[in-house]
Amino acid sequence: MTTAPVLSLIHVLALGDPLFSNGVHWAELLIVLIKVVVAFAALMVSVMLMIWFERKVISDMQARIGPNRAGPWGLLQTLADGTKLFFKEDLMPDQADRFVFKLAPYLSLLPAFLAFTIVPVGGVVTVASHTFELQVADPPVGILFLLAMSSVSVYGVMLAGWSSGSKYPLLGSVRASAQMISYEAALGMSVVTVVLIAGTLSTRGIINAQSHTFFTSWNLIRTGVVPFVLFMIAITAELQRPPFDLAEADSELVGGFHTEYASIRFAMFFLAEFMNTITMSAVIVTLFLGGPDGPTAHLPVLSWLIPIGWFLGKTVVFLFVYVWLRAALPRLRYDQLMDLGWKILIPLSLGWVLLVAAVLVGGWWGAGIFLGMALGFGLLVRAVVVGKERDSDTGSLSADLPAPRALPGSDPGRAGRFDPSSPRTSGL
Amino acid sequence: MPAGLVSVHLLPLLGTSNLVDRLTFGVGATIVVLGAIGVVISRNPVHAALMLVMTLFGVAVLFVQEGANFLAAVQVIVYAGAIVVLFLFVIMFLGVDREENLAEEPLPLQRPLALGLMVLAIAGLLLLGIGSKWSIGPQSVAGPAAHQPGGDVAALGRSVFTTYLFPFEITAALLVIAVVGAVVLARRLRPPAEESSAGGVGGAAEDVGAAEDEGDDEDDEGIDSTEDMARSVAETVTARGRSDSDGTEAGP
Repeated sequence: MTTAPVLSLIHVLALGDPLFSNGVHWAELLIVLIKVVVAFAALMVSVMLMIWFERKVISDMQARIGPNRAGPWGLLQTLADGTKLFFKEDLMPDQADRFVFKLAPYLSLLPAFLAFTIVPVGGVVTVASHTFELQVADPPVGILFLLAMSSVSVYGVMLAGWSSGSKYPLLGSVRASAQMISYEAALGMSVVTVVLIAGTLSTRGIINAQSHTFFTSWNLIRTGVVPFVLFMIAITAELQRPPFDLAEADSELVGGFHTEYASIRFAMFFLAEFMNTITMSAVIVTLFLGGPDGPTAHLPVLSWLIPIGWFLGKTVVFLFVYVWLRAALPRLRYDQLMDLGWKILIPLSLGWVLLVAAVLVGGWWGAGIFLGMALGFGLLVRAVVVGKERDSDTGSLSADLPAPRALPGSDPGRAGRFDPSSPRTSGL
Repeated sequence: MPAGLVSVHLLPLLGTSNLVDRLTFGVGATIVVLGAIGVVISRNPVHAALMLVMTLFGVAVLFVQEGANFLAAVQVIVYAGAIVVLFLFVIMFLGVDREENLAEEPLPLQRPLALGLMVLAIAGLLLLGIGSKWSIGPQSVAGPAAHQPGGDVAALGRSVFTTYLFPFEITAALLVIAVVGAVVLARRLRPPAEESSAGGVGGAAEDVGAAEDEGDDEDDEGIDSTEDMARSVAETVTARGRSDSDGTEAGP
């Protein structure tokens, strides 16, 4: 055959997929189109099932029955709700910025869709001599694309709150965007550890790097569990799921950033939220649990289904964990949220990146040097703290000096800070 | 030729890869220019910021077309995801998100002068672009991204951490200086009693909370004290900047 010149843009966008190794013809375009349609449909159906699953599990945990009217076991409840929302009146606040108000739901929904495209849901399949990966797109910067989409989704929330032109949505969107920005750093850092171990940014490459042995070759073990925990916490905050759902804290802010939205526009926010939950669960599986990796058997035709089964199984575990968190944990206070993000997650993730890098470069020596430096740094911090305590002690004794500044580490007011009647703790 | 499914060459349809490249460039450039024009002519600052996001996305498309995937991703993450979000933060919190009255002109000759300067600048740029290979530095320092071992990310890493290590580190130091400067400028000495409860990012959050509660009796979106808001925004900005410079220093 004549080697067709590879279309440069498509080449760049899907470098990893063997589908494009012979150039781009109609057949390849058709396969890509089918992949997109299948992924879209699967995502929509799984959102429907996820909403049902969440309501059912929460009901069980709270000793209720939950949705049980529409369809068997209430499976069609989401469909009924969606249909109802479709026919509701579409309200627009008087003070709203009309264009941005209409734009915001799409800005929320689109990144949620796009982020899923880089998730590898299965292995490699050959149909009619076309070999392709079971994922919509495999760009060389795969995981960065996810981070980009996650940072773009801030706009939907932020603009929805602002354009509503009313008080509670604005406060909700301020909370949401501050929270998403704060936790993005820790999120990125834990992704960096995975990228360091895998040596590639492509999600397919990250999967392949974990597929030697079951479990022990997964990044969960190879990165040393800590990045996994950090990623899990940061992603929960990114998703604004409980216990980080301050943005739509219904007891304080009515509904948060989407208070003023009604009808199908509200449904779009709802859809985006659940779609993001599913996507992020799938991303956790991809980054830390080997994606579709698992023991396979050789079936006649359907052996490609087994990796998909593994992938789905692992993802459902995380979806359950999210629901469980919602049932089990109370909402964080805003200062606790910020303290956790800036003072614990970011330093820890940064330190872990350094440790992993040191081990990768220098083996045990690297780890030893890192630990030595960490010890030295800890001693230095401790010395500074002790010195400041001394300073403040002597300062309080002399009459003409102002009262001592309380230290963050030894703040006497910190332990007893929570006071429901105080406006400071009940606010944003 | 792959058997099975219809495999008609797309070449008659799309011409050479050159045409696709041109098409992509055309779309990307249109987005960039339209966004830039939108930034200038929007009356509402929030709309202007959104137009800026559009421009940045257009630039990202152009980066992808050049094979600089990493730069495209970083363009979206850093500029669209962080910097413009901060613009929006400031615009929303400071309450400048109202359309300005452009009827009164502080400088009488401003508009014709701006028009003339714009025409001059564009003409100059075009002349320089057509006439000579004018640029302020070498056009390429590492060669085309497509033929690098390890792809464009590896090429960028090698350049930044070997040949251009010093400028890179100096830039990081510059960012730290900017952050320290912002902290110094934004930090306001408060009575010591208040200081103990409001320090750092958590403190900023509490300030906002306090502003919210005090503002309940007024009608203006719950923000009555611009001063409180400005302080909280400044602290958020510096906090964000800190994380950015951290990221730069501790890059891969």
